[in-house]
Amino acid sequence: MNDQSPTRDERIEKLKGLGASRRRVEDVRFTQGKGNYVDDIKMPGMLFGDFVRSPYAHARVVSVNKAAALALPGVVAVLTAEDLAPLGLHWMPTLAGDKQMVLADGKVLFQGQEVAFVVAKDRYTAADAVELIEVEYEDLPVVTDPFKALEPDAPVLREDLAGKTEGAHGHRRHHNHIFTWEMGDEAGTETALSEAEVVAEETVYYHRTHPCPLETCGCVASMDKVNGKLTVWGTFQAPHAVRTVASLISGIAEHNIRIISPDIGGGFGNKVGVYPGYICSIVASIVTGVPVKWVEDRMENLMSTAFARDYWMKGRISATKDGRITALDCHVTADHGAFDACADPTKFPAGFFNICTGSYDIPVAHLTVDGVYTNKAPGGVAYRCSFRVTEAAYFIERMIEVLAIKLGMDAADLRAKNFIRKDQFPYHSALGWEYDSGDYHTAWAKALEAVGYKSLRAEQAARVEAFKRGETRKLIGIGLCHFTEIVGAGPVKNCDILGLGMFDSCEIRIHPTGSAIARLGTISQGQGHATTFAQILASEIGLPADDITIEEGDTDTAPYGLGTYGSRSTPVAGAATAMAGRKIRAKAQMIAAYLLEVHDDDVEWDVDRFTVKGAPERFKTMKEIAFAAYHNAIPGLEPGLEAVSYYDPPNMTYPFGAYICVMEIDVDTGVWEIRQFYALDDCGTRINPMIIEGQVHGGVTEGLAIAMGQELAYDEIGNVKTGTLMDFFIPTAWETPHYITDFTETPSPHHPIGAKGVGESPNVGSVPAFSNAVQDAFRAFGHVHAHMPHDHWRIWTIAEGLGLHA
Amino acid sequence: MIPGHFEYHRPTDVASALGILATHGDEARALAGGHSLIPMMKLRMAAVGHLVDLQAIPELRGIEVGPGRIRIGAMVTQADIIAHAGLTAAAPILAETALMIADPQVRNMGTIGGNVANGDPGNDMPALMQCLDASFELRGPEGARTVKARAFYESAYVTARSDDELLTAVSFAPTGGGYAYEKQKRKVGDYATAAAAVILTRAGATCASASIAMTNLADTPVWAEAAGAALVGTPVDAAAIKAAVAAMRAAISPTGDNRGPVAFKHHVAGAVLGHAIARAWSRA
Ligand SMILES: Cc1cc2nc3c(=O)[nH]c(=O)nc-3n(C[C@H](O)[C@H](O)[C@H](O)COP(=O)(O)OP(=O)(O)OC[C@H]3O[C@@H](n4cnc5c(N)ncnc54)[C@H](O)[C@@H]3O)c2cc1C
Repeated sequence: MNDQSPTRDERIEKLKGLGASRRRVEDVRFTQGKGNYVDDIKMPGMLFGDFVRSPYAHARVVSVNKAAALALPGVVAVLTAEDLAPLGLHWMPTLAGDKQMVLADGKVLFQGQEVAFVVAKDRYTAADAVELIEVEYEDLPVVTDPFKALEPDAPVLREDLAGKTEGAHGHRRHHNHIFTWEMGDEAGTETALSEAEVVAEETVYYHRTHPCPLETCGCVASMDKVNGKLTVWGTFQAPHAVRTVASLISGIAEHNIRIISPDIGGGFGNKVGVYPGYICSIVASIVTGVPVKWVEDRMENLMSTAFARDYWMKGRISATKDGRITALDCHVTADHGAFDACADPTKFPAGFFNICTGSYDIPVAHLTVDGVYTNKAPGGVAYRCSFRVTEAAYFIERMIEVLAIKLGMDAADLRAKNFIRKDQFPYHSALGWEYDSGDYHTAWAKALEAVGYKSLRAEQAARVEAFKRGETRKLIGIGLCHFTEIVGAGPVKNCDILGLGMFDSCEIRIHPTGSAIARLGTISQGQGHATTFAQILASEIGLPADDITIEEGDTDTAPYGLGTYGSRSTPVAGAATAMAGRKIRAKAQMIAAYLLEVHDDDVEWDVDRFTVKGAPERFKTMKEIAFAAYHNAIPGLEPGLEAVSYYDPPNMTYPFGAYICVMEIDVDTGVWEIRQFYALDDCGTRINPMIIEGQVHGGVTEGLAIAMGQELAYDEIGNVKTGTLMDFFIPTAWETPHYITDFTETPSPHHPIGAKGVGESPNVGSVPAFSNAVQDAFRAFGHVHAHMPHDHWRIWTIAEGLGLHA
Repeated sequence: MIPGHFEYHRPTDVASALGILATHGDEARALAGGHSLIPMMKLRMAAVGHLVDLQAIPELRGIEVGPGRIRIGAMVTQADIIAHAGLTAAAPILAETALMIADPQVRNMGTIGGNVANGDPGNDMPALMQCLDASFELRGPEGARTVKARAFYESAYVTARSDDELLTAVSFAPTGGGYAYEKQKRKVGDYATAAAAVILTRAGATCASASIAMTNLADTPVWAEAAGAALVGTPVDAAAIKAAVAAMRAAISPTGDNRGPVAFKHHVAGAVLGHAIARAWSRA
């Protein structure tokens, strides 16, 4: 007779499945300094690569003299475009359908661009050799402003595209123009705007910044000339896609390429793309026959690898006098830098920016996006957000504030008045999305209540009066944000990258003793997949999460998947995990029925076992079933207990949240202090509340950085002004305020477990909350809008402009 | 971030250190805490053939707090300064300033000698030393000499010290009365957008003496003599502070950078000095 002693609740608890604040299994090694990152990989005979980079933003490369470098003892090779050209590797395809120079081919187009690759026996020799390479440049006129880039007589940046009026995303109307992307109803929107009682207009700039992961990009490439197999360990957020791309551009058969993403120290979108360092290391390893390591330093990471944002968003929003929004129009000028290397699904050159109607029921809308080349680094990645969703959320949440000012309305009321109602879901937005589920009014009311919104407004008004009487130099800003994200790309019918559908996968093997390994096509960069995916599975198959190993990142062992970015792991691979788990359970049911000598339909699932219907004392646990799968000869069933699932999501998921920031601002110095930050997230079913809280803390801190100072700034001649962490703002514990996290739970109706993804919400939602707080502080003095980042001098400039220093 | 080739020396007394400096001329540089020099070497903005590490020289360490004079050895770290109770009792502005330098990791390594010898207008100790009217002790092949902090700085990274000399100690008189070091920065670990050192004394209801110096508002630290004078004899009221700020503004010449444009820096310098004077006066 089976032991029945643990209660059902005890059995559930033991699984540490959905909803458990299970401790992160990864942290044991990370907190002990025992992670294994790319730069920890050491191989016998390994060589080191380093780049000669352009000091100029736009110049012709007249000559490259390698002689002195090659004469330095320890230098093995120096590669230039000329060396790569015979292999066809001096240019490489970008994820956005453009191409990018691997090494400068006749000219350079941004400061920091790769010009030559040195291979030497150690890092020091490589760095010395870089200094010995003489490159002769001839300056060309520099354009860093996307509006100037589109002027008729602007310098031609991409000479390789001369005469090409069709690009990967349609017509190019100017030599520095990449594409125009249009969505929505132009005529209807214009009519609504012209007939509107109130129209607010504003240009909202979301400045260029950079994901700046703690670990920079790098790889170790190792070509084994004996078996013809190329292995590359690298900082890859999408290892399988890298394998396919590497095969397509190198001609090496895909089965002879093995891509391994070891531990990754943060990605945030920066590690999605393919960089010249990877190509050069692979070529160098093929040429030399030994492993070649390349790891960039911080300045190289900030200057040359994928940036984020840089969107100029010109908006018009209309409403009735009492605040019902009637239309929204947006035109974006998108600065893509020298090559179009955005990481977006192919059909979406501006990502999912058409989520810019936000949380609001806007009857008609229209959007155009112009992509433009400038002399800045390529990129345009989703920095902890789904493709361009952060830009969209910032845009609409600023436009709502601007409209509230124009209407003389409270911005919280204006939001509530226009939210999509609970009964409108699934909701079809004017710009083409089908929002899966939401309950915005409930979340909003909860947030306003939690911060004591009414009394905050009263305090703010009293402070303004005190300021006017000369009793204080500090103002209070209340920053509101209600954001809706679109994540989990995505349905294969409209989402692909380089033709690869954006499904994801999970493969599970149950071992005879009742433990398991699951492998996925995604790759954690700190999100805690090894913890949470085991929890999803624990609830599905009734084996404790502690007995399930999660493995990702090795293309020789993991099933094919598109990787981790855009909050897609839980919506897509998490769904695949649940579905594969259900296949396991289906087979387990048959085994259980056989063992219990009843019909398949006469057993039912209960936490960690199948019981005979109506006789719960007769059961077989998953542990027993696992053993039987490998032990018993069951008629009609194959031995073993394994399953694979490839999940093509029927829709995206739409997490949302309500964030409120209360800030004190010193009018004379621009110094700010966060007094309170409240973050309510609704990410559907909550897998691990502790991990959610950690993700929110990290993401809000990034949002704080971006809104309050972090930028990739260039001067007029294209020099990067913020190339080190002295100037590129990363908050320390000191600048990071206390956060209050909260939640509502509105499951996704189409996801197997109802989860929506949360990793990126806090970055998306917090930037508008911080920025709105700054701007709100000055609303009483007639301020409408100022661009981020809100560092001290820019806040001071707002006050100066309002005459508050007189 | 990989430095070029260098030879490493670790002398155990000042005389041998001076000998190495003399042998290698401008190829050689002293290494104290390394938290200014090593980043420059890693960026290859400084090429140093011979690094002369001063860590093993006992005579460069030690804080002496005498009745009329305080002497701090060049290799005393910012963390040592913060931890020294006697020093804090005799001149509390030292610890207050040191606590505003970077973060604990940097302060555990960075030395007062390196901070004042470096000649970087962003360093905080130089203005403080000028405010205190400190003296710097230098030793070179010709022997020892003393230079006033107020006469030491010529332009960015150019000081009265010659390449073959070491700075061995700083010294100054204990302070009485009120003091404040006020610094605006963008984040922990950042150099000042503007900073002000203020030391003043009070006689009855008015200010008896005042010394004011500013950090990172010119290519050298700025001792604003007239700003201090503007407070003397006043009750340090709003009008007096305004006059001191105006005098200070006439003495600084900030440049625009990532911390902000010139007009902003002038304004913030005034705000920071205003706060510093008010705080110093409240302690006087
Ligand atoms: C992230 C970071 C933030 C920082 N923020 C601040 C800040 O806010 N404020 C601030 O004041 N400083 C700051 N610093 C600088 C720090 O305080 C340095 O440690 C200090 O400026 C130099 O001291 P050091 O002992 O490290 O000198 P080193 O770096 O070793 O030397 C600096 C220079 O002085 C010379 N030198 C050193 N000692 C002597 C000597 N005895 N005689 C002659 N020459 C000598 C060296 O040759 C070198 O040219 C920061 C540093 C870092 C890395």
